[in-house]
Amino acid sequence: MNRYVSVDTLRLALPALSLAILLVAVFWLQPRAMSYTGLNLLFNLAVPIALATLAQMLIMAVNDLDLSIGAFVSFVACVTATYLYSTPVVGILILAASVGAYAVLGVIIHLRNLPAIVVTLGMSFVWGGFAVLLLPSPGGQAPEWARWLMTVRPPFVPVAIVASIVAALLAHLLVMRSSLGVLIRGVGGNARSVERAGWSVIAARAAAYGLAGFFAVLAGIALVGLTTSADAGIAQRYTLLSIAGVILGGGEFTGGRISPIGAVIGALTLTLAGSFLSFLRLPSDWQIGAQGAILIIVLAFRLLLNRLEARNK
Amino acid sequence: MKFHRMLTSSAAALCVAMPVSTLADTSDKSIALSNNYAGNSWRQAMLESWDKVTGAAVEEGVVAAADAFTTAENQATEQAAQIQNMILQGYDAIVLNAASPTGLNGAVREACDAGIIVVSFDGIVTEECAWRIAVDFHEMGRSQIEYLADRMSDGGTLLEIRGLAGVFVDDEISGGIHAGVEEYPEFEIAGSVHGDWAQDVSQRAVAGILPSLPEIDAVVTQGGDGYGAAQAFAASGRDMPVIVMGNRHDELTWWKEQKDANGYETMSVSIAPGVSTLAFWVAQQILDGEDVPKDLVVPFLRIDQDNLEENLANTQEGGVANVEYTLEDAKAVIAEAKD
Repeated sequence: MNRYVSVDTLRLALPALSLAILLVAVFWLQPRAMSYTGLNLLFNLAVPIALATLAQMLIMAVNDLDLSIGAFVSFVACVTATYLYSTPVVGILILAASVGAYAVLGVIIHLRNLPAIVVTLGMSFVWGGFAVLLLPSPGGQAPEWARWLMTVRPPFVPVAIVASIVAALLAHLLVMRSSLGVLIRGVGGNARSVERAGWSVIAARAAAYGLAGFFAVLAGIALVGLTTSADAGIAQRYTLLSIAGVILGGGEFTGGRISPIGAVIGALTLTLAGSFLSFLRLPSDWQIGAQGAILIIVLAFRLLLNRLEARNK
Repeated sequence: MKFHRMLTSSAAALCVAMPVSTLADTSDKSIALSNNYAGNSWRQAMLESWDKVTGAAVEEGVVAAADAFTTAENQATEQAAQIQNMILQGYDAIVLNAASPTGLNGAVREACDAGIIVVSFDGIVTEECAWRIAVDFHEMGRSQIEYLADRMSDGGTLLEIRGLAGVFVDDEISGGIHAGVEEYPEFEIAGSVHGDWAQDVSQRAVAGILPSLPEIDAVVTQGGDGYGAAQAFAASGRDMPVIVMGNRHDELTWWKEQKDANGYETMSVSIAPGVSTLAFWVAQQILDGEDVPKDLVVPFLRIDQDNLEENLANTQEGGVANVEYTLEDAKAVIAEAKD
């Protein structure tokens, strides 16, 4: 290993490297993908996953885990395909209220010292229930602007890539460059010292949850923009995908160690892994296992880095 | 590399050697099957039929390839990604059994925009650019009453076994049965129970309601429930009514036993898993330039007294009676839709 490269840089480089390797493999298997349309088709469904991953990352920044992301994004998708389409004002109010509900959840979890996993698992049924109430059978219609946003064809770079970069940069500024971001990560790192330094931990948690709700809302809208309509279980997979994306992107379950750019790259890598396996003509029975194997390989490298880090100290 | 070149050249030689007549206009086209779920016997039979029929078609040079893909998790977002991958793989047509009628519309639209033919069947999609091969469950219910009216000119008392409450298919079949009763008012539905398309649930439900019912002449069903109903009637000591069956192996076996023992007569109706092969031929016809209406209807697989043995022999234990469709069947379905 090159001793002039610091372990921290490697840590950030690993997700980017995995993405690059997969991308090369996909291009080699399927040269058609190496085009404007090809890249868009490969990555456009990764945009909502990337946004959901950023939401999950914010929750993980304060040492919690959100098991309701998938159900919540499905709920947002149902609101988007119904109210946001027919009566935008009501739709915006509902979505704003649900972001507020996320912030309140953060406060309750903090005040009552509840395990976030249990609370969010419970909430996943609440969101799922609302989603079924809104759309008992699949349907609805995507708002014109959401559809336009996800299918617009900017010059040179496909919208899927542009959207991923914008989301990553926005989250990076918010979490890594603002004082609020430092506070949120501080709560994950050492809540007590943040409190002793005179900051409000409860406000930081509420902000982290609220922001997570906001990114999840964006994920739901982006998803409907792609699918044109919704159903109550449309984003069920996102809960586990978002957690895997954060970890793949260099985040940790504890300690406030997260990376927004890494998280987006992690989400893109997961999506690409699916395409890669499909291009390999792997039977579906093996695909989940193979996807898991890719995760384990990347995580094994991470463990190696952690060891190196420990030795350097 | 050398071996690869040898392969291609021998393949080319083979193509030249083959008689021109077997090469259809679609011989250079490839078709993909996008399937959302493979976890029950119906879907397994569906995939087997696909492999059997398309394998032969590829060998004969009708199409270049017909690959089947199944998503691992039965999720609309996963299947949408699968369809987008198929676009990149350069398939000319995608045959689709969809996880959601609406959740795939974006991906289907992308495929259509890329000039790909999309044919959905069983689990159909609402996107307008796709073809739909739908099941007419309403007619499946109505045809049962029609059959009974033919058998019993004086009409009679019916027991209705429904499926899983709140599911679209149950509403449709039951609606068809009630429409049939309106058409033939000499029939009367004395009672109805939910059998959840499972023989054990049906047996319990029928046994529970029987004491409160008058003499029953016939039982109308939705499939998967006929054997349980028969067991319940046998246990009650009542006369065995005409029970319409649903093509399941246990139902057909029981019917055969009764037919041999006392000449019992009924009929059986359901959808054959081989409908995937019908979708394949429809896609092939569209690629061939045939003008095909966007909405087609799946024919039922109906088993009657005289073809019972043949169908039973072709049905796997624990499975459903199946039939693989041919190009001629597809042409007939298309012609019917045009009228």
